[in-house]
Amino acid sequence: MFHAFLIKYGEIGIKGKNRYLFENALVRQIRHSLKTVDGEFDVYKEQGRIFVQCQGEFDFDETVEALKRVFGIVGICPMVQAEDKGFEALAEDVLRFLKEVYPEGNYTFKVNARRARKDYPMQSMEINAALGERILDAFPDTKVDVHDPEVLLNVEIREQVYIYSKIIPGPGGMPVGCNGKAMLLLSGGIDSPVAGYMIAKRGVLIDAVYFHAPPYTSERAKQKVVDLAKIISRYTGPINLHIVNFTDIQLYIYEKCPHEELTIIMRRYMMRIAEHFAKETRCLGLVTGESIGQVASQTMQSLAATNEVCEMPVFRPVIAFDKQEIVDISQKIGAYETSILPFEDCCTIFVAKHPVTKPNLKIIRRSEEKLKEKIDELVQTAIETTETVWIEE
Amino acid sequence: MEAYFDNSATTRCLDPVVDIVVKTMKEDYGNPSSRHGKGMEAEQYLRKSREIIAKTLKVKEKEIFFTSGGTESNNWAIIETALANQRAGKHVVTTAVEHAAVIQPMMYLKELGFEVTFLPVDGTGRISLEELENALREDTILVSMMYVNNELGTREPVEEAAALVKKKCPKALFHTDAIQAYGKYQIYPKKIGVDLLSVSGHKIHGPKGVGFLYVDEKAKIRPLILGGGQQKGMRSGTDNVPGIAGLGVAAEAAYQDFAAKQALLRSLKEYFSEKVATLPDTRINGPLGELGAPHIVSVGFAGVRSEVLLHALEERGIYVSSGSACSSNKTLPVSTVLREIHLDSKYLDSTVRFSFCTQNTKEEIDYCMDTLRELLPVLRRYTRH
Repeated sequence: MFHAFLIKYGEIGIKGKNRYLFENALVRQIRHSLKTVDGEFDVYKEQGRIFVQCQGEFDFDETVEALKRVFGIVGICPMVQAEDKGFEALAEDVLRFLKEVYPEGNYTFKVNARRARKDYPMQSMEINAALGERILDAFPDTKVDVHDPEVLLNVEIREQVYIYSKIIPGPGGMPVGCNGKAMLLLSGGIDSPVAGYMIAKRGVLIDAVYFHAPPYTSERAKQKVVDLAKIISRYTGPINLHIVNFTDIQLYIYEKCPHEELTIIMRRYMMRIAEHFAKETRCLGLVTGESIGQVASQTMQSLAATNEVCEMPVFRPVIAFDKQEIVDISQKIGAYETSILPFEDCCTIFVAKHPVTKPNLKIIRRSEEKLKEKIDELVQTAIETTETVWIEE
Repeated sequence: MEAYFDNSATTRCLDPVVDIVVKTMKEDYGNPSSRHGKGMEAEQYLRKSREIIAKTLKVKEKEIFFTSGGTESNNWAIIETALANQRAGKHVVTTAVEHAAVIQPMMYLKELGFEVTFLPVDGTGRISLEELENALREDTILVSMMYVNNELGTREPVEEAAALVKKKCPKALFHTDAIQAYGKYQIYPKKIGVDLLSVSGHKIHGPKGVGFLYVDEKAKIRPLILGGGQQKGMRSGTDNVPGIAGLGVAAEAAYQDFAAKQALLRSLKEYFSEKVATLPDTRINGPLGELGAPHIVSVGFAGVRSEVLLHALEERGIYVSSGSACSSNKTLPVSTVLREIHLDSKYLDSTVRFSFCTQNTKEEIDYCMDTLRELLPVLRRYTRH
């Protein structure tokens, strides 16, 4: 019976004069998300509301699932639309609606009418009372409860009449693209896809960079990262994934620097390269999946050491999350099963038995001095040979 | 240059195999169970393949049952003979180095209350007949022993073992997983007392998704897959005509010019083994000579992780396996077979399997050797400390 959805959005409603920017971004993201769903959809704004109108046949469940992935949506209300043919017709539509959606007929309810068209002959309160009466007559087992109704029946009178009662929760957040762009350092693990998801939830568009180290990491490990990017792109929209061949840099560091410092120095170069691509693609920051103390390279000291090489802000959405909390989100967004596939990533292949946990910046800088002969050239080659893949669901 | 040395994982289909698969998909696509002419036409392909295969084994045509491949054949042979004969006893014997497609059904039997004895192996992966004799009991109903070990190439003493079982436990059935052996050895189950024998199509240049199980007509076994009653009710499911037709062609080809192919494979293996032995810090794990299959060489390269070597070789167009491809996709891919032969720990995570086919050449081996000589010192320099 439903052929349209009313989209409720929260935070973006309060953004003052920029509001239309947010609304436009939301409309755009909804359209994008519905591209993968069977059916034709019309998405439009009308008087501070966003509507999704379904043309002809469509898959209701798939549509709701797609809408539930659009950041910025607070609630999705499946609704019935009808031409305004006067109160009698309205009452009949309402009764038909209730009969179909709540066939048991024994619930408490409240009618919540709104009239956007002030030339409608009845006032909201009058509509409430009149509809309430008709419902009580038609379904004798129902009761009115204005404080805590089981069914809150919304009736909106605009150009057309809208009837809805259910609100399916959306993901919240802000529409992707309304808050700039950032570069995600994506590994094959659990944390970085979650970090990407979380930053995108705040309306940030993301691109990603992955460090590949053949033959130490396999083509399957790379495929896994592509798969993960695809999973997050269901929420974030298309992602440009930069795949950097990091082997030579890694081996050079291995050769020249103390082994315990390998991971830290390696990560510093990853940050530098990620920042290069971030600047090139007009990103406003870097995003990582680091969480304090999770591994040696994520102690406060280590984070400071990797942070130091970046001019851009580095955002770490899961910085204070426990592993289990990250896992929970990973499962919720459907990335977990892919994340735990056992392929080695480039951070672990040469990891020392006892890596430094409290790197001293002076010492790290001095170690990096030993690289100066060739490192710039190697970084340059890595950047030039980077493969960029457009990831879209 | 490209060198595919992973023929124990799978092989390239022969052209005539591809042709018959296409023909049975595009033209003679009938269902053998249909009563009309199209069905009849399709049935001819099954008859033909069954005839070819029965001949290669010197068994009756009605003793060949087509399956979805080696894994199904092994599952069926083990689980359904054990269940059909459990009144005579609930003891089963196998080896510790079987493929997962045997080990897992054995574990399943254990869950069902059967007792399973896993025979240990020596340093080359071979069981001892004495151990087998000691393991056999009055209530032993099934012995399952692979013909050729898929990771090491070791040939198990199947003939002697089957004879021993027939002598000591005449009622027990003898199954052999011949997936790595069919096409490489002339195996005549009836002459050596093998009651069940599993084969997979794609290891002999046939299609994937098809194989067969030989079941001696006197062996008591139940069907594994129930349904429309195809293959005398022993293996239901619409007959995989393209697969079976392709399997027949591949089987026939495998035993054509058999001696010459054997000699060629042996010479490739020897050529490779001699050269690889000259590389420092390497070890050939399986047996050379007659005790080893003609096409498999397992080599340990100390100080190099097999997975890394595999990818480094892959970058140069050389394809090999680390451990067994079927068991590699686990968190710890270290092979149980390598553990069972008590391989020195420095080779455990460093073993690569090279497996050849008659389409390989000495030039490919030379290229592989040159590549190894170049890669190994580099890979050994960068390791995890």
